[in-house]
Amino acid sequence: MEMQKLYLLVPMAPLLGAMIAGLFCRVIPRWVAHTATIAGVAIAFIASIIIFKDVLAGNTYNGTVYTWLTSGDYRFEVGFLIDTLTTTMMLVVTFVSLMVHIYTIGYMQEDPGYNRFFSYISLFTFSMLMLVMSNNFMQLFFGWEAVGLVSYLLIGFWYTRPTAIFANMKAFLVNRVGDFGFILGIGLVLAYTGSLDYATVFEKAPGLADTTINLFAGREWATVSLMTATCICLFIGAMGKSAQVPLHVWLPDSMEGPTPISALIHAATMVTAGIFMVARMSPLFELSTTALSFVIVIGAITALFMGFLGIIQNDIKRVVAYSTLSQLGYMTVALGASAYSVAIFHLMTHAFFKALLFLGAGSVIIGMHHDQDIRNMGGLRKYMPITWITSLIGSLALIGTPFMSGFYSKDSIIEAVALSHIPGAGFAYFAVLAGVFVTAFYSFRMYFLVFHGEERFGKADDAHHHEHHGDHDDEESSHDHHHGLAPGQKPHETPWVVTLPLVLLAIPSVVIGFVGIGPMVFGDYFKGVIFIDHHAHPAMEHLSEHFHGAVAMGVHSLTSLPFILALSGVVVSWFFYMKRPDIPAAIQRRFSAVHALLENKYYFDKFNEVVFAGGARLLGKVLWRGGDVAIIDGLIVNGSAKLVGWIASVTRLFQTGYVYHYAFTMIIGVFVLMTLWINRA
Amino acid sequence: MSTYPLLSLAIWIPIFAGLVVLSIGSDRNAPLARMLSLVGAVAAFLITIPLWTGFDVANGGMQFVELGSWIPRFNINYHLGVDGISMLFVVLNAFVTIIVVAAGWEVIQTKVAQYNAAFLIMSGLMNGIFTSLDGVLFYVFFEASLIPMYLIIGVWGGPNRVYAAFKFFLYTLFGSLLFLIALMYLFIQSGGSFSILEWHKLPIGLGAQVWLFLAFLVAFAVKVPMWPVHTWLPDAHVEAPTGGSIVLAAIALKLGAYGFLRFSLPILPDASHELSGLVVALSLIAVVYIGFVALVQEDMKKLVAYSSIAHMGFVTLGFFMFSPMGIEGALVQMVSHGFVSGAMFFCIGVMYDRVHSRQIADYGGVVNKMPKFAALFMLFTMANAGLPATSGFVGEFMVILGAVKFNFWVAFAAASSMVIGAAYSLWMYKRVIFGDVANHHVEELSDINMREFAILGTLAIATLWMGLYPQPFTEVMHASVNDLLRHVAISKIQ
Repeated sequence: MEMQKLYLLVPMAPLLGAMIAGLFCRVIPRWVAHTATIAGVAIAFIASIIIFKDVLAGNTYNGTVYTWLTSGDYRFEVGFLIDTLTTTMMLVVTFVSLMVHIYTIGYMQEDPGYNRFFSYISLFTFSMLMLVMSNNFMQLFFGWEAVGLVSYLLIGFWYTRPTAIFANMKAFLVNRVGDFGFILGIGLVLAYTGSLDYATVFEKAPGLADTTINLFAGREWATVSLMTATCICLFIGAMGKSAQVPLHVWLPDSMEGPTPISALIHAATMVTAGIFMVARMSPLFELSTTALSFVIVIGAITALFMGFLGIIQNDIKRVVAYSTLSQLGYMTVALGASAYSVAIFHLMTHAFFKALLFLGAGSVIIGMHHDQDIRNMGGLRKYMPITWITSLIGSLALIGTPFMSGFYSKDSIIEAVALSHIPGAGFAYFAVLAGVFVTAFYSFRMYFLVFHGEERFGKADDAHHHEHHGDHDDEESSHDHHHGLAPGQKPHETPWVVTLPLVLLAIPSVVIGFVGIGPMVFGDYFKGVIFIDHHAHPAMEHLSEHFHGAVAMGVHSLTSLPFILALSGVVVSWFFYMKRPDIPAAIQRRFSAVHALLENKYYFDKFNEVVFAGGARLLGKVLWRGGDVAIIDGLIVNGSAKLVGWIASVTRLFQTGYVYHYAFTMIIGVFVLMTLWINRA
Repeated sequence: MSTYPLLSLAIWIPIFAGLVVLSIGSDRNAPLARMLSLVGAVAAFLITIPLWTGFDVANGGMQFVELGSWIPRFNINYHLGVDGISMLFVVLNAFVTIIVVAAGWEVIQTKVAQYNAAFLIMSGLMNGIFTSLDGVLFYVFFEASLIPMYLIIGVWGGPNRVYAAFKFFLYTLFGSLLFLIALMYLFIQSGGSFSILEWHKLPIGLGAQVWLFLAFLVAFAVKVPMWPVHTWLPDAHVEAPTGGSIVLAAIALKLGAYGFLRFSLPILPDASHELSGLVVALSLIAVVYIGFVALVQEDMKKLVAYSSIAHMGFVTLGFFMFSPMGIEGALVQMVSHGFVSGAMFFCIGVMYDRVHSRQIADYGGVVNKMPKFAALFMLFTMANAGLPATSGFVGEFMVILGAVKFNFWVAFAAASSMVIGAAYSLWMYKRVIFGDVANHHVEELSDINMREFAILGTLAIATLWMGLYPQPFTEVMHASVNDLLRHVAISKIQ
């Protein structure tokens, strides 16, 4: 009983904070807003720790809070499922959220929307917690869309900026495309299992493994496995939320939002909801190797090709954003290889070091007076030592330096893919290996350009006038927020509310992998939560045979291919950007077509803009002007009015007003009637 | 069960109040007219509360029944009653009447008494439609309700009001003539009864059922409105004053949909099954085609009007899937649409009162001047796009989920509204609310006052309540919907 109240407290505390800061945002002073929301999230974090310990002691929970709706034989309920997967997510969400809340005090200091911002991020925390704590698909979808809403509100937080309000609408709509698949998947689950409750569905799923559905009545070729269709529909939802190709287009644009939310929502938590969801649905996905192949291929494409885009970005946040896309691809690849625990493990380590990298980038942005262009930075390590060290830790963790957190999770993914035999795994293995080099290269390109080398800031010819326009959008968006440093001005280290979260995030970025790998990936931690069909997908089983402890794994890796690739990525970027800056420029000139392809992000945005957005508007115009106005109104409605008018004008001819016309007509009529009458007789 | 004739009171209190207000007449007594209207509307609403609280959820039949002879010679009776299908609409109608009276408070300055009286009388007549169990009584209310709406558009409407009023009147009149013929046929077939409940039991051959179904279809499709007889609605909305649009969207559109459940399905079960494909197809066209049309509208009211048609597509789709989820989802959608579209039209009215334009292009950056309004408008825009935790989600969710079982591709087409609905709603919101202050009209805007805040706040609470806890709304429906479905499953062909 005691624990159930605590479960409820976890989401409710941030919600209360959000309501205080949001409903009264115009009357309360700033300290009330941030105190209320930080207290709410802190309570949620502490409660999550208590629940975590309780779950480790073996006390899981699956129960209803209230019945949302009943209809026919179906019941839809709001309820909690508390197990190790849930508590892991709860800890990650509340911890990163708490760090971001504290950080925001410094980052949003001068913003007039201070209270509103705190309200939104607390509301986000509530929504995300409802999502991960759900024990059914309905509530999952609730949380799913609610985090999308808050993401929409936060990307468009600076609502007067044209690019921000374009980006937030784009994010919402692209996510809705994913949700479109998601709700159909949920519909299939309900139609065939009669329930949306996880436990019931997972129990019934194996019995449906051989069920097929026919998409076109009676056609042999249109028969597909029910589980494949369901899982692919559900995964389309994950592709939207976790920004997998081709539904990834919204994430880079989401950088229009303030940096704290890029860290919280668009790196650590919300974008990983798709990964979490697939891991949660492992009993379903395990029933369809086809769906898993689809997952692994999509993930591999995202992991590698989004990484390439990170190489040419010049906006500090966009580099990190593409890196997030690529890492989400890694997690998806892990899911496809049935290495769900590894995916969740990478989700967790990534949450820490990517939140760290984003907040570090935000700290740099503050120090640079809102200049985000890395070409204007350089040598910042002297001026911002804490930001420098923590960002270095984040980068090292990201590229998979042995013994750091990212290493354990990423290396496990690569090994799992190597051992997987489902169709597409070969390609995925190549992609994740090549991705290691790419990740190291772009991460350290940014690191060197920002923290080392020549000090390029404060020049007379500064942020406002580059010769080279890296990204057209950037230039517009930064119009009113790019102040940059004045000539002669130096960057400065940020206040403690900003650096403290950096330090607190750097610690798990270093150690969490070492500590977690044994129990989480290879131990019994996820026993009974994540289900793997070891006969069909034996990769994880083989992987555990190779595991001999965290230390051995780290030592062994020093001679392995991924480590060599990562190291060479760092070395090449050092050589290119520290030693011989003329080389990248020469390559760019030499391969201008490739560069243009990357510059335009493979033309996804242009394609969507022309085909989908333009097509929809055109179709709307045709249906409206052609269908409604011309045919229905013009031809039928007004046409029948005209027809009535025409008939009236013809019949009016009979009403001449001359008595002899009428008399003549009457006589004819009488004659005709009499003839008929006589003939009848 | 109450001993008071609650349903009669729900019909006649607003009509009586309307007549009293009308007698005040001149605009010199406008404040008195407003006050009396509000009192009448609130009294009428309070009368309907016991209908919900005293409703027996286990009983699928008619409750609060009143029966008296009206025209004995033709066996026409004053026969009233509500079941789980109609009860919520009586309450919703009375609720919306208060909103409408409040919405016109400062805005309507000419013929105040007549304006308010028209709405009160309209409200009573529409309660009559939802509660009539006699065919003729239903028809009388059905037709009579056209008159106040016709006047509301024709007298207090915009510049093109005469065309719109005529279009509205003729469209609906055309439909109701076929309806009248169908009623006559049923009267003769049943051996001289106008009782709708008797007709439910009447055996009819398939051929006759099909013809009757088509007659009903035309009558109700115009009211809903379904594609392709929908073009009167955008015109009517554009010309109608804010209050007129609210009533039109929130209640009047529900009359046609209600007709399907009271007449078409139970009286003509075989034809309903036979022709369900047609209705489903028309519904999906409404959802998809109209969604795209809404996307490119330049006038905010037209946009919301088209989005209403798309939302009503979900209602007719839900009915003709013949499953509890489908019908209850459709009913939920109807109630929700009452809140959300009413609120949307009110929001547009708020801006129109200040700027005197409904063109999207005339706005931009409203949030800078009206933050409170922008926040509430955001809620309703999201509800219009079917966001979970708002009422707009519940019905769509139920219908889409029900549709997956019915036919995957039907669900596929219906679910596309997740994207299209979000696109037209959010694109409009973006252009109107976000951005820099676009022009000096926007620069001069003042945020909503207490009255406007109270109206929008009330609707916001209703929207969220229904989104977070729809169970009280659906539990009253279960028994009646199950009875209906059992009834529809039995063939009437002998």
